[in-house]
Amino acid sequence: MRFKIFFSRFVPYLLLIVVTLPIIIGYVWILISTFSTRTYGLLPVDKAGRPGGWTLSNWSFLSKPEIWMVTSNTFILASGLTIGVVVVSMMAGYALSRIKFPGRKAFLSLTLILHAFPTVTLLIAIYFVLRWISVIPVLGRGLPIIGGFGYNTLGGVILVSLALQLPLGIWLMKGFFDNVSWDMERAALIDGCSRFRTWREVMVPQIRPGIAALSIFSFIQGWGSFIIPYSYMVNANRATIATYLNNLLSETAPTNYSMVAAVGLFQLLPVLVFYIFTQKYLLSIFAGGVKGAA
Amino acid sequence: MKVDIVNLTKKFGGIIAVDSINLDIKDGEFVAFLGPSGCGKTTTLLMIAGIYKPTDGDILFDGKRVNNFPPKDRDIGMVFQSYALYPHMSVFQNLTYPLLIKKRPREEMKKEAQRVADMMGIGHLLKRRPGQLSGGQQQRVALGRALIKKPRLLLFDEPLSNLDARLRISMRGEIKKLQKDLGITSIYVTHDQIEALTMADRIAVIKDGVLQAYTDPEDLHDRPKTLFIAEFIGNPPMNLFDVEIKSEAGRVYANLGNGARLAIPESRKLKKLVEGKVKMGIRPQDIHAGSEDGISTEIALVEPMGRDDLIVSKVGNAEVHFLVDPIMKLRMGDRIKLRFDMEKSQFFDIKTELSLLWD
Ligand SMILES: Nc1ncnc2c1ncn2[C@@H]1O[C@H](COP(=O)(O)OP(=O)(O)O)[C@@H](O)[C@H]1O
Ligand SMILES: [Mg+2]
Repeated sequence: MRFKIFFSRFVPYLLLIVVTLPIIIGYVWILISTFSTRTYGLLPVDKAGRPGGWTLSNWSFLSKPEIWMVTSNTFILASGLTIGVVVVSMMAGYALSRIKFPGRKAFLSLTLILHAFPTVTLLIAIYFVLRWISVIPVLGRGLPIIGGFGYNTLGGVILVSLALQLPLGIWLMKGFFDNVSWDMERAALIDGCSRFRTWREVMVPQIRPGIAALSIFSFIQGWGSFIIPYSYMVNANRATIATYLNNLLSETAPTNYSMVAAVGLFQLLPVLVFYIFTQKYLLSIFAGGVKGAA
Repeated sequence: MKVDIVNLTKKFGGIIAVDSINLDIKDGEFVAFLGPSGCGKTTTLLMIAGIYKPTDGDILFDGKRVNNFPPKDRDIGMVFQSYALYPHMSVFQNLTYPLLIKKRPREEMKKEAQRVADMMGIGHLLKRRPGQLSGGQQQRVALGRALIKKPRLLLFDEPLSNLDARLRISMRGEIKKLQKDLGITSIYVTHDQIEALTMADRIAVIKDGVLQAYTDPEDLHDRPKTLFIAEFIGNPPMNLFDVEIKSEAGRVYANLGNGARLAIPESRKLKKLVEGKVKMGIRPQDIHAGSEDGISTEIALVEPMGRDDLIVSKVGNAEVHFLVDPIMKLRMGDRIKLRFDMEKSQFFDIKTELSLLWD
């Protein structure tokens, strides 16, 4: 009897450990190699292949101003993307959930198709769009911080990432709004709210878990994005951490894998920390409920 | 406030949810909309509230057409079946939200919240969230929120359906008393005929979006104008069976088949004398068992209902339900004699389903 209970508790854990072990070993490997000259399996070795060879030199990139510029770019990209996705999705999701208008169904299916489109197939077309935006005065390439919304600006990259992320965000927000009771909205209207105030003060607070989840999701997406900044920023090695990393891989020969691992870990750290603190909200995307809103 | 509803119609795509309803509500009156689920009660209410736009027809408040007024300009309060409280706000914030929107001073909000909370008996709950309240308490908060801005019209959409039976009965009395004390014109939507009969001054019976009758509870109960009303109103439901009307030696009889027949009294003289088949109705409480004379019958089923036993038996071809005192200890298979109080009988045309007695 006791054995059975022990067994039923132990077996799932055992399975989980077996499945996650390779991933954990991978992380440990990265961690060790960032502090070693070379590694032999999980074992750090020096140039001659003897155990030892601990070093901090792989982290020397932290002293270059370049990495901090790239980090701040990445941060601006991730934040801009997050704010854009959340604000637009909250409004569009509400409209699609609550307001009847011609073309609503068609719009919903269209966004879904757009989401299914591989980004790569759109790269050339988007390039022309960005070139075209570039010629618009001020908006094109004359804005502070993000540079503008044209080609070779951070704003342009944000704009494109935003467009590609929106279908998911809109559907997600629509789903959350669908779960909010109509009666609550009607009560607010009868209490004297305008439609906009109802949205802001009554509806939006009900879907806070969804907003949190979408924010985190978008931020992580923006933080790790590669293909778009790589395609639309000319100085790819100075764009974001991901492109910087890519540059490191291709331009130094022979590749210093330990340094690549260090930069990779540097990029990963904020996401990991973020994830640990917010996984509760991320899970609500998949649970899709509003229960926790109160 | 006086409310007039003129030819009010609502279509959702192809379906007609509300079909050309006409009714007037006097100032301070308590009116119930009664009908089975899906008959268009909520739709009608939401049009009055300004949430839905009527497809056709007019809504008049004190003679003024309000069709195009948004809800906030209609001076109404509404209580929902689901309570519809704001879960992210405290009870105090819920109660005072209508005042907050009207930009009333904080002092007034506090005073009014206290007044309404005391009236509803929820004064000690002001700091809680709706999620921490029982269903009954939540409904009191919802009622308080509807009352706090002193609306001129109160709308209730099945406010008691989610409560347990005991609470429902006590809340029924409370709402009725509150409405009379405050004198606010009220519309109360329900599918529960007992609620409607006990609370309302007048009842609008709705079926498939069509207004069947609009009258006071007693009239509805004693003089049903259609077969639907006869079936729907009253508990236990009215007995309805096919009879054949025959005149014989100056008297009119209703034949139940198998030789059983009932004499129809002068007071129930049919509007137009129909010879042939009609629907006859008689309430279970108007059939008396245990008399010396009457129609003999054998008991098929005894259903104890507490205060009475509901008996099912066969008279002629018709299955008849009636009530007896449990003291009589009637059992299945016993034979008794039944006296039908024909002064209380109803007759309906089989085709049109309209009453042959009342207009
Ligand atoms: N928003 C809507 N869209 C389409 N049909 C609706 C809508 N609201 C109600 N209906 C339909 O209208 C009819 C009346 O509904 P309702 O007024 O809610 O009935 P009740 O409140 O009497 O139960 C039903 O057949 C319902 O399906
Ligand atoms: Mg309803």
